[in-house]
Amino acid sequence: MTQTPRQIDFTDPDRKVSLAELKSIASAVRHDIIAMLGESKSGHPGGSLSCTDILVSLYFKKMRHDPSNPKWPMRDRLLLSKGHAAPALYATLSEAGYFAKSELSTLRKLNTRLQGHPDPTKLPGVEIPGGPEGIGLSEGIGMAIASNIERDGVKIYVILGDGELDEGEIWEAAMAAPKFRLSNLVAIVDLNGLQQEGRTGDIMPSSPVPEKFRAFNWNVIETDGNDIDSVLGALENAGKNTSGPTVIIAKTTKGKGVSFMENNVEYHSKTLTPELVEAALKQVDGQRVV
Amino acid sequence: MDAAKESLREAYGAVLEEIGSDINVAVVGADTTESLCTSGFGKKYPSRFFNVGIAEQNMVGISAGLALYGKTVFCGTYSVFMERAIDQIRNTIAYCNLDVKMVCSHAGISVGPDGGSHQTIEDIAIMRSIPRMSVMVPSDAYSTKMLVHQAYSTKGPFYIRLSRSSLPAQYRSGEMPIGKSNVIMEGSDISILACGIMVPEALAAAQELQKEGISSRVIDMYSIKPIDTAAILQAAKDTGRIITAEDHNIIGGLGSAVAETISTAHPVKLGMIGVKDRFGESGTPQELMAKYNISSLDIINMAKGMMQ
Repeated sequence: MTQTPRQIDFTDPDRKVSLAELKSIASAVRHDIIAMLGESKSGHPGGSLSCTDILVSLYFKKMRHDPSNPKWPMRDRLLLSKGHAAPALYATLSEAGYFAKSELSTLRKLNTRLQGHPDPTKLPGVEIPGGPEGIGLSEGIGMAIASNIERDGVKIYVILGDGELDEGEIWEAAMAAPKFRLSNLVAIVDLNGLQQEGRTGDIMPSSPVPEKFRAFNWNVIETDGNDIDSVLGALENAGKNTSGPTVIIAKTTKGKGVSFMENNVEYHSKTLTPELVEAALKQVDGQRVV
Repeated sequence: MDAAKESLREAYGAVLEEIGSDINVAVVGADTTESLCTSGFGKKYPSRFFNVGIAEQNMVGISAGLALYGKTVFCGTYSVFMERAIDQIRNTIAYCNLDVKMVCSHAGISVGPDGGSHQTIEDIAIMRSIPRMSVMVPSDAYSTKMLVHQAYSTKGPFYIRLSRSSLPAQYRSGEMPIGKSNVIMEGSDISILACGIMVPEALAAAQELQKEGISSRVIDMYSIKPIDTAAILQAAKDTGRIITAEDHNIIGGLGSAVAETISTAHPVKLGMIGVKDRFGESGTPQELMAKYNISSLDIINMAKGMMQ
């Protein structure tokens, strides 16, 4: 699918991007996720598709950043703590103009900048390494603290998986963020209810997630994480809060956008055969709003 | 040398307060900041000092975040607790080559009465096998100050290992470049390569050996990684016999690093003084060093054996 570079000033916090356009972008990102995973023959489709709408809302509407200057010091930071959703991050960055779409086909191949899990030393635009779960929220705290020292007004967004909430470090970080009064920190839980080996409710019940964060003194916002309008509303509300960290509990569907992947634990990390790619692309391309 | 003993941790705290005049420096601790003497920095620069409680993984993750934002970060706790965060150390600090200096104390069995649970004997092995990590082991207050300062002015991850015990002064002046070592005593029959608390033990052993006509070269291997390959090979060529001495498991530490160096370039007779792959227990540092065969007496006996 050919794309023209988007004429969006990503540094403008009040930029106008229509909901229809955002939805169209999300479909394009989903297309790229499936195509690149088909090419790489390994990787994680389910968790990539579940957080796509969150990534698109942040990069195309909410966050200040500059694809032509990935190290711009004033950029808002997006930390993909659930690093296995790397294809979604790469597809979004590429869609925003950080690098050419042709590079997406190098995913997981030798000498690629698009490592199986994100590596910030290799790919500009990536903020933290991914791989082991549960580290990103701590890194987000570190960045939010640094931003407060600098008084630069930068916002830090951390995307967590709900399977990732099994990790103890998440709760160490959850306890620490309110202590340091980090109102510039927004965590977003991609709550799709599944993890590698099954339903989170069976593997390790994390419910009730909102109550847990409330008990840890976070501001808690619940939303539909696959509805861009709702995600943007939640981000807007998070931005108004000045009393401490905010967590957005974003209810999502794993594999969102491809009927046979939705809520199907099999697609956590399943090789996409050419037949599966074709069937999946037919669906996500059909969702494009022109 | 009959020198008064000085606290390595106090030396660290003092140099950290000096470094703190750089507003880009931040310090993160985990409820051991009084013991590590980083609390002085905290009193002087409260807006750049963060105590995260007993949560080592979070301490390392937060340190990584600060460093990813461009800060130079000092963090640390007791070395055994730091091992709680090896994953975070590997996958954030080292993997991203971050400017985080981990300064940890209470290393080795010389920790004493706290017992085996608190006696790290594997930290050098773990840390030096992580790519991009530099590993330093000071042997007195002066070298602590010098090496902390070197780490501060060298970009990238560092692990600096301190003993709980105060140690006699080995140095009063001089540079201590990363990747080098220091010949503390010259000798021609055997070389004793030591680090940390074992440097004074090695020196005591060398002085004793001298009385018996054995001339020992004592080298302070304060930089375990990068290691001073040239000095090790020179010692091998000059003396033909090497003893390594460390308050650490004989697997993976200084002895292994020296063995890796000489076995591939200039093999000579090598003896290793270290904890023989077993956990420690409660006792005084002196009692434990005697029981676990890492005292000057053990070095003397090994040297005599190697001379026969």
